[in-house]
Amino acid sequence: MSKQYKAAALISGGLDSLLAAKVMLEQGIHVEGINFFTGFCVEGHTAAIRKKHQDKPKRNNALWSAEQLGIKLHIIDIVEEYKDVLINPKHGYGANMNPCLDCKIFMVKKAKQWIEENDFDFIITGEVMGQRPMSQRKEVMPVVVNESGAGDILLRPLCAKNLPKTRPEIEGWVDRDKLLAFHGRNRKPQMALAKEFGFEDYAAPAGGCCFLTDENYATKLVDLWQARSTRDYEMDDIMLLKIGRHLRPKPYFKLIIGREEGENKFMQGYSKLYSHIKTVSHAGPLCLIDGPADKADLEYAAQIVARYSQGKNQDAVTLSISRVGEEPYEVTVKPLTADEVKQEWHV
Amino acid sequence: MSEHSLDARRLLCPMPVIRTQNKVNELLNGDTLVVTCTDPGVINDIPAWCRINGHEIIGTEQNDDDIIIKIKVKH
Repeated sequence: MSKQYKAAALISGGLDSLLAAKVMLEQGIHVEGINFFTGFCVEGHTAAIRKKHQDKPKRNNALWSAEQLGIKLHIIDIVEEYKDVLINPKHGYGANMNPCLDCKIFMVKKAKQWIEENDFDFIITGEVMGQRPMSQRKEVMPVVVNESGAGDILLRPLCAKNLPKTRPEIEGWVDRDKLLAFHGRNRKPQMALAKEFGFEDYAAPAGGCCFLTDENYATKLVDLWQARSTRDYEMDDIMLLKIGRHLRPKPYFKLIIGREEGENKFMQGYSKLYSHIKTVSHAGPLCLIDGPADKADLEYAAQIVARYSQGKNQDAVTLSISRVGEEPYEVTVKPLTADEVKQEWHV
Repeated sequence: MSEHSLDARRLLCPMPVIRTQNKVNELLNGDTLVVTCTDPGVINDIPAWCRINGHEIIGTEQNDDDIIIKIKVKH
């Protein structure tokens, strides 16, 4: 009886990784998925916090892909290790704060470590030559192979015919003739293959999978680093960058103001870690204070929060201010006017 | 067989799933795990993770603050 070879598939939740894994399954390879969580992954759930997006599916696309494929999925937390990738990318950033090439190298390196620990034979990815401007250019495909240390056990089934033969092809573990030669940014071949495999409800083709490619998110991250004079972050920081309205009236503190009930509820979970302000006399948002704001700063912040409450046009709004570890107290303030909330405060 | 609990409140998906996965990997066949979460994404994701890996959801409750999912571990 011939050996059944085992491949670890990097599953992002997008169409390409779904198809790459399916191509391998069709060749009788045992495939299990690996999904790396960097903290910056875009999934439906951040949107799910906001009530206005509740009509959209709230699924995790990597889990959904694995379920469609009938394979196991191992979700691996790489938040801490990923910091060095983001803060010191050897190959630099893309259009925003996205270190795509370093990210790909790091993930393949981690996958190599995983297959060694779990006795798998090779790694597959859904990369398509020429599809992405930074990490999938023809000239960088070998860079991922070499710098990850994966060498000839990294197989890209969707564009393998455009690349040198890998060990799984040379050794006959997979049939190269049944691999593909996709290239470029045209997504029609992938869509046709998805149809052939019977996949209809897949994640939006070419959809970004990382908040770091988002200009608004990247701006907030850079603002955080500048305010703290250090390029570092904690998990709570990067989660809170995803939600709320961020205003920085002074360099050393900012307000994170919930935009709707779902966000307020989620932010409530951070109220023991952050000083916070809630409206009392009128309906209004919850606001977390990030940074060392003093009593006067907090009262000024209360005037800003009042601006986003239903009392914004009143002369007086009462709010509760809670500093970390202290009893809350109430203040009554006049809300700032729209003009007084300066545009440049918005991060 | 014993019952275990996991506090995954304040975590956004997929962190509750990762914590659940890591905890389940420590448990024995037949154990139960009660996971308490706040991200509504878990209503879909933890059952999806259980289906993929062969574990059984034996209850889901939701109150004003939390979502509580009870899992029977099947190794």
